Amino acid sequence: MALLSGTLNGLFGASPIKPIQEHMTRAHECVSGLNEFLEATLANDWPRAEAAQGRITELENAADELKMTIRLHLPKSLFMPAPREDFLELLHVQERIANRARDIAGIMLGRRMSFPANMADPMREYLAACIATSAKALTAIQELDELLETGFSGPEVELVQNLIRELNELEHRTDVLQIDIRSLLFAQEDDLRAVDVIFLYKIIDGVGDLANAAQQVGSRLQILIAR
Amino acid sequence: MEIIDQHGNLLLILACCFGFFMAWGVGANDVANAMGTSVGSKALTVRQAIFIAMIFEFLGAYLAGGSVTDTIRKGIIAPEAFTGTPELLVFGMMAALLAAGTWLFLASMMGWPVSTTHSIVGAIVGFVAAGIGVDAVNWDQVTEIVMSWVVSPMMAGIISFGLFMSVQKLILTQPDPFSRAKKLVPVYMFFVGLMVGMVTILKGLKYVLKDHHVEFSFMQSLGLSAIIGLIVAGVGALLLTRIRRDLVAEQTSRYASVEKIFAVLMVFTACAMAFAHGSNDVANAIGPLAAIVSVIESGGTVAKTAALPGWILLLGAGGIVFGLATYGFRVIATVGKKITELTPSRGFAAELGAASTVVIASGTGLPISTTHTLVGAILGVGIARGISALNLRVIGSIFMSWIITLPAGAGLAIVFFFMFKGMFM
Repeated sequence: MALLSGTLNGLFGASPIKPIQEHMTRAHECVSGLNEFLEATLANDWPRAEAAQGRITELENAADELKMTIRLHLPKSLFMPAPREDFLELLHVQERIANRARDIAGIMLGRRMSFPANMADPMREYLAACIATSAKALTAIQELDELLETGFSGPEVELVQNLIRELNELEHRTDVLQIDIRSLLFAQEDDLRAVDVIFLYKIIDGVGDLANAAQQVGSRLQILIAR
Repeated sequence: MEIIDQHGNLLLILACCFGFFMAWGVGANDVANAMGTSVGSKALTVRQAIFIAMIFEFLGAYLAGGSVTDTIRKGIIAPEAFTGTPELLVFGMMAALLAAGTWLFLASMMGWPVSTTHSIVGAIVGFVAAGIGVDAVNWDQVTEIVMSWVVSPMMAGIISFGLFMSVQKLILTQPDPFSRAKKLVPVYMFFVGLMVGMVTILKGLKYVLKDHHVEFSFMQSLGLSAIIGLIVAGVGALLLTRIRRDLVAEQTSRYASVEKIFAVLMVFTACAMAFAHGSNDVANAIGPLAAIVSVIESGGTVAKTAALPGWILLLGAGGIVFGLATYGFRVIATVGKKITELTPSRGFAAELGAASTVVIASGTGLPISTTHTLVGAILGVGIARGISALNLRVIGSIFMSWIITLPAGAGLAIVFFFMFKGMFM
């Protein structure tokens, strides 16, 4: 007769919050994996680069699977502290972070690309700034369960707003670094193969887009909090 | 009239068996929803929940179950319609009990969410309208009851919304939520005691103490209830002094220690919930029984004024406890395992909102569904952005339960009514 209690059991849907946090953790791990990958390419150590790229792809697959389950568990009938669309949009930008990281590693490995020696250090700095941006986005996402606990109000909201502000500043820094690195590449365009130059720009853009996506995680979070 | 003289004892024993069986069903099944929230939020273990349920379901049924029982036994029918044919009331009420019991058993087997209250009300309306005449139904009262089914979840939702908002404003968003909670949680405990005390003393006790000619005025009741509230708050505050901050747990969730305080509060709201549930749902089992007993004992008169014998409330209360002991613990464990999304700070708001609504309905004599009220309360907390994901399809299943259970209870009651009539007449 236990089934009689079905009314209350059916009332609670699966919470999207923990899975979304986990998804962001995977996405950020993809981004941090780029550090090892870049070092390998700068050292022209392709087996090592291949291993690093493999790890990133694996993480991206894990994130993809998480995304699928989250989407499956968010039916239209679910009532959540924020509209379902907001959660799905958040998931979408998080996914973009993981995808960009995978694409960057994939293209660089496939074309055996390496940056000119004078660009190595600026590139390291640029990527590190991007990773820091993504790390900040992860920190903000990790506040989601605390936000729920306080019913999305009070000092907790303030705390997250501050994190989002810091996130924006970090992203702005990547923009500045991107301009520098592009002009550095522009200066030596004639010395490099034209096709390589095109792809180098593509990688620089990709890394920048990664930071952009991380920033958008913050924007999405802000929309989710605001009512 | 001869039928009652002839078969009075047999009918009485049969009715007692049916009533006890229904009470058993309430204890075995319905209590799970009332207690499941506490178990799910880990404020209570299954064993503790059973222990609390046994005591407070019994107290609620015995001390505050009188008003609703009166509504079921003589509020839905127009007693004048039975003068001259009291045996029809006896058969009808037996048919209603059997119909509700059969329907609940069937629905449980099929896994349909149904409500005991709806089954019994549907059954009584069914046999009276079909067996006696449409005019024999007290439609004003029935309308009021049906309205209360819509109003009660809403009211519980509003109270729970307010409670959770107050917790949010006064405790959770404060700089030091832990010490704020320690200070303010006893206030909520006071309200738990006050609310249960008020309804019991104002509305319930008159059924238990009527032989002793004890009556309280409103102000006396308020004073007594305030004293009860203060005692409850005092006991609670004492328990809270033993709660320490858990710094290890706070590393994973900053509010872990605060929730520990609310878990203590939830022990009190669980008591209130069990009390409220007992006070309202006992009537589903013993209301019809009480009607039968009063006809048989008075030798065949259908009196609107007949008092409710205390032993019937005891029988119902005992049946609920028996149901809990024999089967209820398993259902509570099952429900508790599935409701893990409610943390104590939300569970308490939902339980207190639902318990207040149910207890007020019990005082007013309105038979409502505890489960539906609790669903309304939980939705209220959800609207205050307190719960991560609620499945709104449940609201549909509540409406389904109305649409299916009422005619089903009525139909079965009509069949059983004519069956009894054919057997004895």
